[in-house]
Amino acid sequence: MSRIGVFVCHCGENISRTVDVERVAAEVGTMPGVAFATDYKYMCSDPGQGLLKKAIQEQKLSHIVVAACSPRMHEKTFRKAAESAGLNPFLCEIANIREHCSWVHENREEATAKAVEIVGMMVERVKKNRVLPTITVPVTKRSLVIGGGIAGIQAALDIADAGHDVVLVEREPSIGGHMAQLSETFPTLDCSQCIMTPKMVDVVNHPKIKLYTYAEVEHVEGYIGNFQITIRKKARSVDEDKCTGCGLCMEKCPVRKIPNQFDCNLGLRPAIYVPFPQAVPNTPVIDREHCIKFKTGKCGLCQKICGPGAVDYEQEDTLIIEPVGAIVVATGFDLYSITEKPKGSSIKGYGEFGHGKIPDVIDGMTFERLASASGPTGGKILRPSDGQEPKQIVFIQCVGSRAREKGISYCSKICCMYTAKHTMLYKHKVHDGQAYVFFMDARVPGKSYDEFWRRAIEDEEAVYIRGMVSRLYQKGNKIVVMGSDISVGVQVEIEADMVVLATAVQPRTGADSLAQKLGISYDHYHFYSEAHAKLRPVECATAGIYLAGTCQGPKDIPDTVSQASAAAAKVMTLFAKDKLEREPIVAKVKEAGCVACFYCKKVCPYGAVEEKEIRDRQGNLIKVVAYVNPGVCGGCGTCQATCPSKSVELDGYTDEQIVAMIEAL
Amino acid sequence: MHVEKQKHDFEPKIIAFVCTWCTYAGADLAGTSRMQYPANVRVLKFPCTGRIDPVFILKAFQQGADGVLVSGCHPGDCHYIAGNFHARRRFAAFRKLLEFVGVDLNRLQFSWVSAAEGGKWVEVVTELTERVRDMGPMQEFKELAMEEQWSGAINTPELQEAYNQI
Ligand SMILES: Cc1cc2nc3c(=O)[nH]c(=O)nc-3n(C[C@H](O)[C@H](O)[C@H](O)COP(=O)(O)OP(=O)(O)OC[C@H]3O[C@@H](n4cnc5c(N)ncnc54)[C@H](O)[C@@H]3O)c2cc1C
Ligand code: SF4
Ligand code: SF4
Repeated sequence: MSRIGVFVCHCGENISRTVDVERVAAEVGTMPGVAFATDYKYMCSDPGQGLLKKAIQEQKLSHIVVAACSPRMHEKTFRKAAESAGLNPFLCEIANIREHCSWVHENREEATAKAVEIVGMMVERVKKNRVLPTITVPVTKRSLVIGGGIAGIQAALDIADAGHDVVLVEREPSIGGHMAQLSETFPTLDCSQCIMTPKMVDVVNHPKIKLYTYAEVEHVEGYIGNFQITIRKKARSVDEDKCTGCGLCMEKCPVRKIPNQFDCNLGLRPAIYVPFPQAVPNTPVIDREHCIKFKTGKCGLCQKICGPGAVDYEQEDTLIIEPVGAIVVATGFDLYSITEKPKGSSIKGYGEFGHGKIPDVIDGMTFERLASASGPTGGKILRPSDGQEPKQIVFIQCVGSRAREKGISYCSKICCMYTAKHTMLYKHKVHDGQAYVFFMDARVPGKSYDEFWRRAIEDEEAVYIRGMVSRLYQKGNKIVVMGSDISVGVQVEIEADMVVLATAVQPRTGADSLAQKLGISYDHYHFYSEAHAKLRPVECATAGIYLAGTCQGPKDIPDTVSQASAAAAKVMTLFAKDKLEREPIVAKVKEAGCVACFYCKKVCPYGAVEEKEIRDRQGNLIKVVAYVNPGVCGGCGTCQATCPSKSVELDGYTDEQIVAMIEAL
Repeated sequence: MHVEKQKHDFEPKIIAFVCTWCTYAGADLAGTSRMQYPANVRVLKFPCTGRIDPVFILKAFQQGADGVLVSGCHPGDCHYIAGNFHARRRFAAFRKLLEFVGVDLNRLQFSWVSAAEGGKWVEVVTELTERVRDMGPMQEFKELAMEEQWSGAINTPELQEAYNQI
């Protein structure tokens, strides 16, 4: 016979203002199975929890229901309290009479009646609750980091410095990401290469970091503490162990005119190449699409010239399996483009801004390459079309960002600052030049940021025009930019030599497919979602997976690095334990009833369902049934609702429990 | 006249089956934001809409519910990756079955309410409550004995077909 205890909370006045809590306790007290019912001002407070514990022990309660705020607030608190009084935590249920009742209704009579029903429903449910054991799983203290931009690099270094092994997977031939492409960085204008390359070298030299470049995550299995990662290492055609990085092959390669993506297609590279001179690792890769050997079978020059014999045309993709306990996702961002990339231009094309047909309309990243000392022009600001120095330059902010009609309503957060930086870099290099900026607002919060932006205007004489550009067209070798200055209400027309578009920060193309492999959620733009916007900003809702950098939303370098270090700290917290406890909300198969249709296996999003053979003592196969691996099961219960013979059951959400609730209504 | 009277006197009973991660949280948000809505709805929490067996809906109607709401995460947002997707397919097949047994489909509402959509929760609940109030109490189903379906066996061709479509 159950002896249920019910505890009705006033929540100060939050509940008692609209719900007559005394009456709820009195009415619930007469329900069958309820042995004890009371109300208290603050159930979650120390004395409140004390009252609960005391009642469990003195009244020998078998189950409890706490009628209070949402279980999302304090279910853990009350279950812990119950446990410390000797009750299995899963024999405690929460009736939500605050968020779902007192706060949303004004009529006291109605709200009280509803509260009684809600509590009654939970009383019926808790009767059917079973004792559930806590499940413990071991933790593999190695971490996977996906993406080798500044976010991934920082996270990998932090975790490795704490003494844990790290597997870093980068899709491109070199780590570095966007930061390696930048010239100088706001707000201090230090040279990006100078602060970035030492970190890249630290990664490759770190005894605890295993680096896979030109590689991608192919498949993810498992769960927190116990993931199995399949990594596809793409054929590089150059043996990383043998290559000394001398670069002879690159000199000899007869194919020379492939636009270099790292330089935003401004420079050219051979078919065997490293993306940039400071690449890590400094091992070339053969671009098989353009290599003559791969196209026609002839050539083979690089293999002949290579002293250590590192060039290997036969190399194939390899699949590697790495066991890890945690995953940091740091796959970064892409820049916005409206149309396909037009031929021969670095511009991806922006409908209203010349359709990408005007070669001297470039994006912010291309400007970074022009301004970079290691860039294709050696740091001179020159027009892509004719190599002339632009004397009038127009910057346009918010291209793609904050444009609901383009489907992007967010602010990319970094463009105001990097445009201010660009006007400075420009003025430092073209002393007699004039920079104009079309902007909607200046969004420059951050330490020393507003000061930086003011410097662009006050010291470097950039002219800021508040308004958007309506039209832009080529006239001779000039670009006419037409717009309005809304602060004074006049039309402006500037004959510019070059136009730089601050295009929106976007999630990576394909971010969704990686998310599906990982089982993490993302917003409708495909930025990855954190578990809680304020209180759990670096964790995914999927346990054991953490986020760092711009894959979660637009960020500058300081924010990216902070988040990366925070993600690393979360991984270390996880690794501080040898074993993990997990909620025992898992599915179990009742083997007697299982008809081996394996519908459950088909629908399980976690791949938790396996086929299990049942044999007799002689080893003869009796039948095959479904088996749910409790470590892998996510606890969604899809299998249970699918099973035609009702042979699989999700603990904590059994049919019995749910039907009891429905019948209580 | 009779109908008129019924409309105004009657307080419908609405049962909502919702998932923890999206809609339950959305309903919590409506509370935290102190939005107001009719007190007719009773919420049953599930880990995922994927767990919601169509039989529960039958059971709810049989227990005297006048309207049933099933609500979970938006497509692509499922905490459990694809549970809501399976739920969607399952319920598409199930609606036909429900129609077959004589339940007016206007009494059954499916919706997506995310953890951020407190306002949408209020809208959905209010709309369904008012619609069902106008329709009057659920009569069609009271006589139908669905107990045998509940016992677990798939003993009608329609149920069998529904399952086969999952
Ligand atoms: C024009 C411009 C100027 C800027 N100037 C400044 C500045 O002055 N100061 C400042 O603070 N910030 C600046 N920023 C912002 C800065 O670039 C970003 O904050 C920073 O680069 C974000 O780093 P990240 O590691 O998150 O992403 P990324 O740099 O994009 O790195 C992500 C990495 O992950 C890899 N990757 C992607 N997908 C996969 C996959 N599926 N598997 C494996 N690897 C993958 C990528 O190849 C890449 O190496 C600027 C940005 C732009 C566009
Ligand atoms: S074999 Fe290919 S990569 Fe090597 S030199 Fe010839 S074209 Fe270049
Ligand atoms: S509850 Fe069932 S379907 Fe869901 S994860 Fe577990 S085994 Fe898979």
